[in-house]
Parts: sequence; structure tokens; C-alpha cells
Amino acid sequence: MARRLLLGNEALAFGAYAAGVSVATGYPGTPSTEILERFARFPNVYAEWSPNEKVALEVGMGASLAGARTMVTMKHVGLNVAADPFFAAAYMGVVGGLVIVSADDPGMHSSQGEQDNRNYARFAKVPILEPSDSQECMDMVALGLEISETFDTPVLLRTTGRISHAQSLVDVDPQRLEARASARRVVTAFPHNPEKYVMLPGNARQRRVAVEERLCRLRDYAETTPVNAIQWGERRLGIVSSSMAYQYAREVFPHASFLKLGMAYPFPGRLVLEFARQVETLVIVEELDPFLEEHIRALPGFPSMPVVGKSVFPSIGEFSSELLARCAREHGLVSEPDVVELNRGPSAAAAEAAKPVPAAEVILPPRAPVLCPGCGHRATFDALRRLLLECQADLVTPPGPEHSPYERGILDRRRRYRVVVNGDIGCYTLGALQPLNAIDTCSCMGASIGHALGMEKAGIKNKTVAVIGDSTFFHSGITGLVDVIISGAATTVIILDNGTTAMTGGNTNPGSGRAVDGRPARRVDLETLCRALGVQDVQVLDAFDCAGIEREIRRALYSDEPTVLIMRFKCRVQERTTSLMVSRVEADRCQSCWACLTLACPALARREGRVEVVPSLCVDCQVCNMVCPHDAIRRVEREGVAA
Amino acid sequence: MKPLNFVLVGVGGQGILLASDILCHVGVAVGYDVKKTDVHGMAQRGGSVISHVRMADRVAAPVVPLGAADFLLAFEKLEACRWVSYLGGAGVAVVNDEAIPTLALAAPRRGIPYPDDSSLIQLLRSRARQLAMMPAGRLALELGNARVTNLVLLGALSHFLDIPIPVWQAVIEERVPARFRELNRRAFEAGRSAGIVSLRGQGPSGTMD
Repeated sequence: MARRLLLGNEALAFGAYAAGVSVATGYPGTPSTEILERFARFPNVYAEWSPNEKVALEVGMGASLAGARTMVTMKHVGLNVAADPFFAAAYMGVVGGLVIVSADDPGMHSSQGEQDNRNYARFAKVPILEPSDSQECMDMVALGLEISETFDTPVLLRTTGRISHAQSLVDVDPQRLEARASARRVVTAFPHNPEKYVMLPGNARQRRVAVEERLCRLRDYAETTPVNAIQWGERRLGIVSSSMAYQYAREVFPHASFLKLGMAYPFPGRLVLEFARQVETLVIVEELDPFLEEHIRALPGFPSMPVVGKSVFPSIGEFSSELLARCAREHGLVSEPDVVELNRGPSAAAAEAAKPVPAAEVILPPRAPVLCPGCGHRATFDALRRLLLECQADLVTPPGPEHSPYERGILDRRRRYRVVVNGDIGCYTLGALQPLNAIDTCSCMGASIGHALGMEKAGIKNKTVAVIGDSTFFHSGITGLVDVIISGAATTVIILDNGTTAMTGGNTNPGSGRAVDGRPARRVDLETLCRALGVQDVQVLDAFDCAGIEREIRRALYSDEPTVLIMRFKCRVQERTTSLMVSRVEADRCQSCWACLTLACPALARREGRVEVVPSLCVDCQVCNMVCPHDAIRRVEREGVAA
Repeated sequence: MKPLNFVLVGVGGQGILLASDILCHVGVAVGYDVKKTDVHGMAQRGGSVISHVRMADRVAAPVVPLGAADFLLAFEKLEACRWVSYLGGAGVAVVNDEAIPTLALAAPRRGIPYPDDSSLIQLLRSRARQLAMMPAGRLALELGNARVTNLVLLGALSHFLDIPIPVWQAVIEERVPARFRELNRRAFEAGRSAGIVSLRGQGPSGTMD
């Protein structure tokens, strides 16, 4: 047995592989991405990045019905997309074990919403497993597959960002992995059973009953499974907890008794009652929704005793040890010394200081994520920002004394003319931040096209665009474009095609011509696809050609036909090339109008009232050269480059 | 074993994750239970980045509580200040004396200026029992590649830890691609010497050039 430091996500991949999973699918999304990336590197498996989570789960269900042990991975909001097959899978059951991994994102480090996917377990009536470190990730995939096959049910395995993206030690058995690598794929046959697998209303009514009966059996299992266990300590406080919240609670209440729930649904009510009856105060520590708390408070025969949960700990945001300690102290659950012991620092007040802000009086400038230097999204957002189109003057802030003459000019024009930009999910959502400030809406994957169409149909003529990345378009933008065609709209759709799914770390997508394991794959051609849907005006543009982009968007906006503009480039993160040239600001020409600074390029710095290019960051994309109204930024040879 | 908490901070893309990986494996090699966590995704696009590393006989949560870090290893000095409240009273800050400017904005909404050196150092001193400001980026460049700044900083950090040097060397050997091994080994040694200088030169709260 070898001890290895593994990310929770890596441990899920190892666990799945060791337990014999031979088919794994998913769609990349932080914090879930590394599970499938790691799994795809094992021999003797099939792994794919599917076009979206719904397809991923449908492929996974097919593999399971054919007898393969299967894992499907996605981020929390991905399960919204896959909800339809998820509910269907609950009715149909499985043949080979089926584990669906949902990685939630408390604190929304990299998500548009904060949702607690434990609710999906209750909603779809399937069991849920929640690991609290990497070892449990490894073990619970195997357990999930066993539960899945024993009870004929899909199993939801829920992590959070801090489980998925924390490393801890895991026992890995190299011999088992080796045996798995040389094991032959089991050839299976699909067991014909229309009553179970054809969900016509008549069959579904039978399965509806089977689902409830299964829940009863699963509830009995949850009462006795070793992943739901009492750890006795002092009886004054009894902590009920799960997932990462359990680890924080372990630090804040080191002497208390614990009921750790690795399988919280179906809810093990008898076990909780047994625990509650033997402690003075029951403390429920869970991130996000009061899922455990609602179940506990609804338990029949629950003793009359103090119970605290969301009255003490917040239901919004990510937990931390110091947050739990503060809440517990304020409500008299722990005494001051405990907290000092936890922090090992002299001052509990310091621990309360807001997260990144230091106690002294220096005000620190923020450092928000930005588009990389040389990113091909920049020129498009700059063009959109400049577009001068009539509408909605009252929605735009009037220029004030805090604006420079250049900005005042732009804002003045925008009050009269303003295009509405419907953005989507990806790196390019950063185009919404200052100073690019070029996105008006962003809701969920693929929504930009529908939003633009809806605005157009509500009466905003020729002034709305949708901006969507290539991967997001494949994910769920295509159907929006179908609607544009059949509704007779004249929507302008801009597809930012960088050939990859960049924000999650450069994953392959249907347009990149590679599979998740790096092997060549067939690719879907964006232009052909859009034309086949009925868009006649499809243009492919150089993503760095500022003038051409502005001209084409303007033309498209005034056109009565639907238009797709594909801005094509290679993502800088994927293809790092070093140009022999860099941009340089000619000091005698620079008028300090700051037009270039509205590009939000990290390679542009201010020094003594002038703009300077930082040569180590500049990649010679030349967008600032084109944007400068005074022709003050020019290309020069890079110094000190070994050819 | 004495529990140790580290936070490694800087700007996305500076090689922080490799540094915290190496640190974790060094901890494992000397028998610690180790956990680490960092944020992936959105925060890596040039944003502020923090990586937590914890070592003890048994670690529960991977996140270092505020005010509980023994060491702050900063790849950039503004980021050192941003996260300095993670340091405990007896904490040591090892800081790369390098400024990466924040996004420049148009006048007059130019935002908050990058603070001057004296206020940054004053702030760090007010929180760190010992502060080692070192030109890690410059040392790395002199060795031939700015990307080994992370190994220079680890070398400096190693000076404050009671862990045998061969353990570090073995982990570096294992975690770094073969063709960069020699460079990384030299970067680690350069950082370690610089760390020794910082102690000998100044005493508590000393800074070094």
C-alpha cells in the first residue's frame, strides 16, 4: 500500500478506476474538472468530454444499462442541465453501477450561483454520499458503485470546492491498479426489460412505486452504513455534520461528540435520534442549506432538547474554522480559550478582520482576474464598447466630473447610442469587469442567444448581440440559434472561437479536434454547423483585427438577416508563442488619453503620467497599437531575445 | 510533531502551486499528515492567489485559519500585504521583493495606487515577528530563468524549518522534470544562502537587500 497526496478530484478518479469504472463522461466545470482529466489518463478506459452535462449523463446511463460501471462528473450547476436524465435514471435504475459526481462551489469562487445539490438527492429520490477528504473520495466512489448495483439506483456523490481542490493523503494499492490495467473489459448484453427501461406512463407508474420502496430499503441501509458513524466525546455538545463542514467543526469543537454523516439521504433518522438522546445540545454544522436540520426537526419522536443549526451558522457562503469559531463563541457554544487554542495567535480580534484586508491603514489595490495579455477576446469587447447604436439613453450613467474627456465622449455617445451585449459563461465573462465594461447580461450556459432574441422580439431592433464562446455554443447555444432561425429574427451572434474550453484549464471541446486523453478526434466545424441551421451570413474574422471586427458587427447589427460572426484565434494559455516583437509607447506621441487602458491589458502600466508597455508581459497582439488614436504605440524588436 | 501552517501567496501564473506541492511532499517525507488547498479556475487568470499548506500529526481542515499561519511565503509584495493577516503572532514572512503592478486604469478613475515600499514593509513588520525581504525574482533571473523564483523562495523558507536538506533535494528531484532539475537545485541553494544572510544580517524583523 502506498500513501499518496491526492486532490479530492484525483482521488475520485483513482477510486473509480480501482473499482472498475470503465466509462466516464462529463463536462468541464470548476471545481469538478480534474476528475475526468485524471481518469482519462488511465489505461483500458473510455472517457469523454461530452458536449454538455445532459449528454454526459445520457451517455453514462447507456453505458450503465449495457453493464459497465460508470461515472459522470459535473459542477453543481451542470446537474441543472442534466436534471432531466437524472430524474429519469432514478426511475430506470442501473445495470452497471452509476455514480454521478456533483462538485458544489460554496462561496462561488468560480460560479454564477451557489446551490446546495444535496437537494437533488431528495428531489430525485436517490441516495447521496459526501466525502470529507481525499481518502473518503477514493473509498466512496467504490461504495457508491456497490450501493448503485445493490439497490438498482443511480448514486449522487457530492463534493464541494474544498473537497475537490484539497490534497490529502490517500492509501493507493499499486497492485490493484496494475490488476485493473490488465483486466479485460467485461462484454455485456443489454437486458431487455421494457417495463423497466421504457418510461411510458403505464410503466413509469410501476417504477414510481419501486422508487419509493427502494427509498425505504436505502433508509434502513443508511441507519447502519459505516459511513454514518458516531464518535463519542464529551456529551455536552453533540455535533451532526458532513462534508468539509465536518473538518472545520472538528477543529472548533475538539472535545465534542460527533455524528458524521457520509450518507445523508435517505436520512438516517433512528441513528440521529439515538445520538441526540445522549447529548445535552445538538449542534448541526452544515454548509449552505439547512438540509440536515430540516430532516432532524421533522423527525417524529424527537426529544425536547436544545437544537441549533442555521440560527448560529450562516447558510450563505463558504465555512472556515474561524467563522465557525466566531459563531459558536457568540452563541456560547464554546469558550474563549478554545478559540485562542484554535488560532494559536494572541488576538481573536485579528481573526475577525475581514478576510484579505490587513489591520493597518494602507489601502491595497484589488487584483481581480483579467483577460490574459494577447487574449483574442479583447478586441471584440473593445469594438462592442465603441459601438454607437440608438437606444436606452436612460440606462447609461451620465458622464460626470470623475470621468476623463475621452471617457466623457464615450459615455455621451453611449447615452444616445448603446448596443445591448448579452454575454455568456467563460473567460470572456471577464469582459463585464471595469474598464472593458462591455457585457450587459450573463446568466447561465448558452443563454446569451436566447436573451438577445427575446430582447429583439420585445422591441429592441437591431441593437442586441449575443457573445458566446465556442465550447458554450456547443454546450447549449445551438438550440438558441435554431430559435433565431425559426422565429425570423435578425439576431447577431458572436462566437468567440479560441478552440478550447479555456476557463476550466484548456479542455477539449467538439471543435478542437482532440479527445480528453489528447488523441485526435473528429471535429465539428462551426461555420458548416451554423450554415446548416439556416444562417446564411456566417463570417470568420481575425480576432485581433479591431477595425474589421467593428465594421462587421456594425454591418450585422443593421442587417435584417441573422448573422454569426466567428472571432477565431488560439487561446494564449494553450499556445504560448514568443514573438520577436513587442509594442512600445513613443513618449513624445502619447497624449495620455488613456484610450489603450480601457483594453484592460495587464501588459500596459502607468508611469509618471504616461503609459508604458511591460515587455515581459507583452505578446505582440497589437490591439493597443490599433486602438491608440495618436499612433503612439508601435512595434519594436524585443530586446534580449535569443533567436 | 510540531504543527506547521503555511500560506503561499502571489499572482496567478507565478508557480505557486508547484511550490506548495513540493512543500507538501517534504512534509509527508518527514512523517507529517499533510493537507493543502488552493482555488482553481477564475482566480488563476492573473488574480490574487493563496495556497494553504498544513502539517501536523493529524490535520482536519485544509484551510489555515486566519491568524494561525507560522509562515507566509509571498511571491509578490503587495500580495504579501493582502494576506498577511493569516500570520500568527510568531509568524515569519519570506517575501519576494518584486512588484507586479495591478491593472492600470484610466485617469481620473485610476483606482487605488500601488502602495510605496515603506508602507508595505511597515505593514508586514507590524504583523510578522520576522521578515525576510529577498530579491528572489532577481536571483532566479541571474540563474537563467524567472520561473524558478518558487524554488529560490522555498530555499529561503527551508532555512527556517528543521527539515534536513537531503529531504528537500529528494522531493525536488522527484517533482521537477529532469531537464530542469539542475536549475531548480541551484535555485533552491541560492534561496537557502539568501535566507541565512537574512538571519545573520538583521535579527528579528530585519530586512535584507
